[in-house]
Amino acid sequence: MTNEFEPKIVAFVCNWCTYAGADLTGTSRIKYSPNVKIIRFPCTGRIDFMLLLKAFSNGADGVIVSGCHPNDCHYTSGNFHARRRWITFRVLLDFMGIDINRIVFAWVSAAEGAKWAEVVNSTVNKIKELGPYENYREIINEVWEEEKWEI
Amino acid sequence: MARIGVFICHCGENIGATVDCFSVAAEAAKLPGVVYSVDYKYMCSDPGQSKIKDAIHEHKLTGVVVSACSPRMHEPTFRKACAEAGLNPYRCEMANIREHCSWVHEKGEATTKKAFDLVRTLVEKVKNNHSLEPIKVPVNKTAIVIGGGVAGIQASLDIANGGHKVILVEREPSIGGHMSQLSETFPTLDCSQCILTPRMVEIAQHPNITLYTYSELESMDGFIGNFNVRIRRKAKSIDEKLCTGCGLCCTKCPTKKIPSEFEQGLANRTAIYVPFPQAVPNKPVIDRTNCRYFQTGKCKVCQKFCPTGAIRFEQEDEIIEVKAGAIVLATGFEVKDAGFFPEYGYGKYKDVITGLQFERLASASGPTQGEIRRPSDGKIPEKVVFIACAGSRDPAKGISYCSKICCMYTAKHAMLYKHKVHEGTPYVFYMDIRAAGKNYDEFTRRAIEEDGAKYIRGRVSNLYEKDRKLIVRGADTLLGGKPVEIEADMVVLATAAVSCKDSESLAQKLHVSYDSYHFFAEAHPKLKPVETNTAGIFLAGACQAPKDIPESVAAASGAAAKVIGLFSNNELTREPVVAKINQTPPPVFSTCMGCELCMQICPYQAIDKEEIKNRNGEVIKTIAKINPGLCQGCGTCVAFCKSKSIDLEGYSNKQIYAEVMAVIND
Repeated sequence: MTNEFEPKIVAFVCNWCTYAGADLTGTSRIKYSPNVKIIRFPCTGRIDFMLLLKAFSNGADGVIVSGCHPNDCHYTSGNFHARRRWITFRVLLDFMGIDINRIVFAWVSAAEGAKWAEVVNSTVNKIKELGPYENYREIINEVWEEEKWEI
Repeated sequence: MARIGVFICHCGENIGATVDCFSVAAEAAKLPGVVYSVDYKYMCSDPGQSKIKDAIHEHKLTGVVVSACSPRMHEPTFRKACAEAGLNPYRCEMANIREHCSWVHEKGEATTKKAFDLVRTLVEKVKNNHSLEPIKVPVNKTAIVIGGGVAGIQASLDIANGGHKVILVEREPSIGGHMSQLSETFPTLDCSQCILTPRMVEIAQHPNITLYTYSELESMDGFIGNFNVRIRRKAKSIDEKLCTGCGLCCTKCPTKKIPSEFEQGLANRTAIYVPFPQAVPNKPVIDRTNCRYFQTGKCKVCQKFCPTGAIRFEQEDEIIEVKAGAIVLATGFEVKDAGFFPEYGYGKYKDVITGLQFERLASASGPTQGEIRRPSDGKIPEKVVFIACAGSRDPAKGISYCSKICCMYTAKHAMLYKHKVHEGTPYVFYMDIRAAGKNYDEFTRRAIEEDGAKYIRGRVSNLYEKDRKLIVRGADTLLGGKPVEIEADMVVLATAAVSCKDSESLAQKLHVSYDSYHFFAEAHPKLKPVETNTAGIFLAGACQAPKDIPESVAAASGAAAKVIGLFSNNELTREPVVAKINQTPPPVFSTCMGCELCMQICPYQAIDKEEIKNRNGEVIKTIAKINPGLCQGCGTCVAFCKSKSIDLEGYSNKQIYAEVMAVIND
C-alpha cells in the first residue's frame, strides 16, 4: 500500500481547548491517522490565516483550524475573532480559486478527546478523496517563483 | 549561530514501544543547528534532567528541545531545569511525541516519521526563541470589596484579619444586605440577625477596614495589583462626625409614610431614616426624593431638633479616588418584584406576598413583631399557600435556572408558620424539592413529617380573591393531575432570585464578563470559581449565581484567600508571553500607524495610546501601547494588526512561520 496517497495535514490549534483535547485523545489511547501534525497557538485568535496559505505552498494538502467552542474561549473572545476572520477570508480564498474544502474549521474542547480523533480521521478521508493539492503548488510556483514571502 | 540540543524521551515504553527513539535522535542530530541529540529512558527523572543540564554546559546550548510528553504536563519541569543550568527558560520548548504521537498511532515507520517531523518543527521554532524575563508588577496591598452583605462582610473580615487594608463599599445606608432582613435561617433555624450583627459591628470597628456606606463605584481603571477606583459617596445630608445616632430626627420627621425598603413595603419609614435598628453605621441619611425640604424648600424640622447640629442640607455627592490591588465583587442578588406575576395576583391582592416579605412578617423585629398576620386586615391566617418556583425554572418568564434557595426557605417558612400558628395549615406547591446540602433534606422532611406541611407536586394555574379568601387552584401531578382547590388566607411566592438591576453596567465598568442573566461570570466553572476573567477581580456570593448563606460565605472566604495570596508578594511575576508593539529606540521608529483596531478587539483593555514626540515635544504620531500587566497573551491583536506591528512573545511571527515551514518537509 506504499503507493496510496497519504495526505499531509497541518492543524492550527489553540493551547487551551483543542491542544488539551488532543492530549486527552492520547491519554484515552484513541487511535487516529498519523497524517496530521499540530502547531500550538495560544488562541485561535492568534492565527494569521495567511499562514494557512503558507502551509499549502509548502506542501500541505489540507489544514485544520480548531479552538474552543463559542463562549468558552480562555481569552473571552479570541475564537469569535478567528471565526469572523475565517468567514471573510473564506470568501476571498474561494474567489481566488483556492479549494476551501481543504480547510476544516472545528471546535474541539479540552474534554472532547474522541471528537478530535473524529475530526482528524474525517479530514484525512476527505483530503484523500480530493487528492494531493498539486494544483495550488503549481499556481504558487508560477506566481511566486522569484519572490520570497516576508512576514 | 544557534546551538540546539535535542533530548528524546522514551517515557519507558510509552513512547519507546511505538517510536524508534534512537533513530529520531540520530536524524535530529543531522538537522542544521543541532549540536547535540540524545535519547534517554526517562527525561523527566533526575538523571534525565541532569543530562540536559550537563549538555547545556558542555555544548554551550542556546536552545533546548525536549521531545517527550505534552508541554501542558512537563514544560515547567524542563524550563526549570534549563534555568538551573543557566539557560533562559524561554529557550526551551517541548515536542509532544507522546499524547500527539506514540499514544494515538500504531507502531510503524509513519509514527516514527511523525515524531521526527514534530521534533524538527520545534527545533526550527527554538532557533527563533529568545531570552525573556518574567514581568514584574508591583502590588498595592489594599482590597476593595463591593457590597456589604454577608459575602462582602466575610470577605472584608478575612482579608482584614489577614493584615491587609480593606475598603468596603455599600450602596445602602447600612451594611447587612439580604441576610439582615431574614428572620431565621435554614437548616438550623437560628436567628439571622444574631449571627450577622456581631460581624457587622466587627466591620465598623476593625482597624484595617474603611467603610463607605451610601456609596457606589463610579469607575475603574488599571490592572491587577494597581487598580484606580473612583467611588461616589452619595450625600447623606448629615455630618457623620457630629451625629451621635440618637434618632431624634427620625421621630420628628413629618414625612412618615414612605414604604420601608428594609421591611419590603410592609411598614413605613420617615424621610430621614436609619434602615433598621441594628444598622451599621447607626446614623441616619436623608432620602432626598422624599424629603419635604428638598421637594418643597420648607421644613428643616430635623435640623431644628438635632441636638448636635449635624444636619447638612447643602452636602453634595463626593467622589473619592482610591488605589487597590484587588477587587472583590459581592453585590448579591435581588428578588423579582411586583408585576412579574400577574397570574398570581401579586401587587393586586394584598395577601399575596413574596418570600422576603414573609421573612419580615416572621421576624421578631419586623412590622408585626414576629406574629404572622396577613397584610390586608391583620388577621392570623389559617391556611397559607406557598408557591415554589415563582418565576424560576420557567423559560417563558425568561428565567431558565433554578434559584436554588427557594426550596429550602419555603420549607423553613412552612415550619416557622406552623411554629407560630399551631392550628394553621401550610400548603406548598412545588415542582421538585431540591434539598442538596448538609442537613437540608432532613430539614425538608421535618417540615413535611413533623410540622405537617402539605406538599403538593404541581403548578398553580389560577388564583383569585373571593369573600376575603384567596382561592388557589392547581393540579396534583402525583395523583394523575387531580385538580386541587385551596381557600387560603395568604399566599407566599418563592420568587426567583435574579441579578441586581445595575449588575450589567457594573460589570462593564470593571470589564468583568457576565452571563445572559447578568450574573457575573467566573473564570472557569470548576477550577476558578471565585476568579473572573479580569485578573485581580474576584467574586463572592450571589452576584455570581443564586447562593445560600453557607455557599456565599465559603465563596467569600475563597475570594479572600485569593486576595491574601495575591498580597503575599510585593511584586507579581507573570509569564512574559505578552504582545509587543515593534518599536526601536529612539521610539520614533514603529510601523504602527495608530489605527486603534487592536484597542477595540483586545479582550483585556490592555492596549492604550502612546504619543510619539520629537525633541521639541511636538506630537508626531500616536501609536498603540501594550500594558504588559494587563496583557494575557492571547495574540488576537497580532493576527488583527494590519501593519504587522504587533508580535507576541513566545509565539512570534518568526517562530510560527518557522514552524509552518518545517512541519511539512519532504
